[in-house]
Amino acid sequence: MAEVFIYPATSLILSDLVARFGHKPLGTALSVRERIQTAGLDSPPLQMTPDDAKKGLRWAAVEVPSGVRGRMSLFGPLIDRAEAAIIVRNPEFAFGCMGCARTDELVEFLIRQKGVPTLELDYPSDEEEGIIFVRKVKEFLTGPGGLS
Amino acid sequence: MIGPIPPLYAGTVTKYVFIESYKTTPADIAARAYEVSGGVMIKETCFGLQVTGKEEEVDRVISHVREVDPAHIYVKDRGFPPGDPRRCRANLGGARPGYFGHEYEMGFIRRISIGLEKIDSPAEVTASESERKDKEGLSVKRLMELIAQEA
Repeated sequence: MAEVFIYPATSLILSDLVARFGHKPLGTALSVRERIQTAGLDSPPLQMTPDDAKKGLRWAAVEVPSGVRGRMSLFGPLIDRAEAAIIVRNPEFAFGCMGCARTDELVEFLIRQKGVPTLELDYPSDEEEGIIFVRKVKEFLTGPGGLS
Repeated sequence: MIGPIPPLYAGTVTKYVFIESYKTTPADIAARAYEVSGGVMIKETCFGLQVTGKEEEVDRVISHVREVDPAHIYVKDRGFPPGDPRRCRANLGGARPGYFGHEYEMGFIRRISIGLEKIDSPAEVTASESERKDKEGLSVKRLMELIAQEA
């Protein structure tokens, strides 16, 4: 069982398909859960703390805005653990502020730089593409040249 | 502002179970989950369930639930447990923020369901054919859909 980073990291579809085909999806929920279950978190209702911007220095330079570094403290450990990745290109719902956009770019860059097996897809726009989408994911995760 | 909150349900995992089906309702899968719930906490929602407990127990409940309608039940991890004062609208008041990603993906998740239903059938469209499809651009079927939408 491989640990597969998914992007968008909150994607229900990718998370389900990765788990369905026998691997562990690495999504934001895992990082958030770790924070929620660690004593000392004291700034509700936010799950980010000032320390996160410092932790993010491992993946982003000091001149990078703290918003990006804070986000990287969630994504960075997952990228470090990733043995493979599935990326959806230009997901509409990941559109956000400049911090989100730059973090997304950095996440994609770090995955490519890491050199793990990566599958890039687009969300299906019709039923036929839905079939292709699922088949590509299955082939990537379980096929002869895949992870299993 | 809420004061410091101790870790709730430490050592547990929470998973969402989404159902998108014309023949199964959240109540059906809730009943199914309670059959084998054991020590897990199950919260029924409008879209499905939230299951909280030890990871192996949650996985056992979810695999039992999946059998009802495998191609139409979707599962993902959740960071917060149900009722967490930082996210629960009972504490925050008003509508709960979030779920934008889920809302977006649920809009076309039936296409994935079709893909899952047909995954074991003889390949009508193979993954390698999809490369060709990418080059072809807009499919006739999609074009007809767009025309119908505009009409």
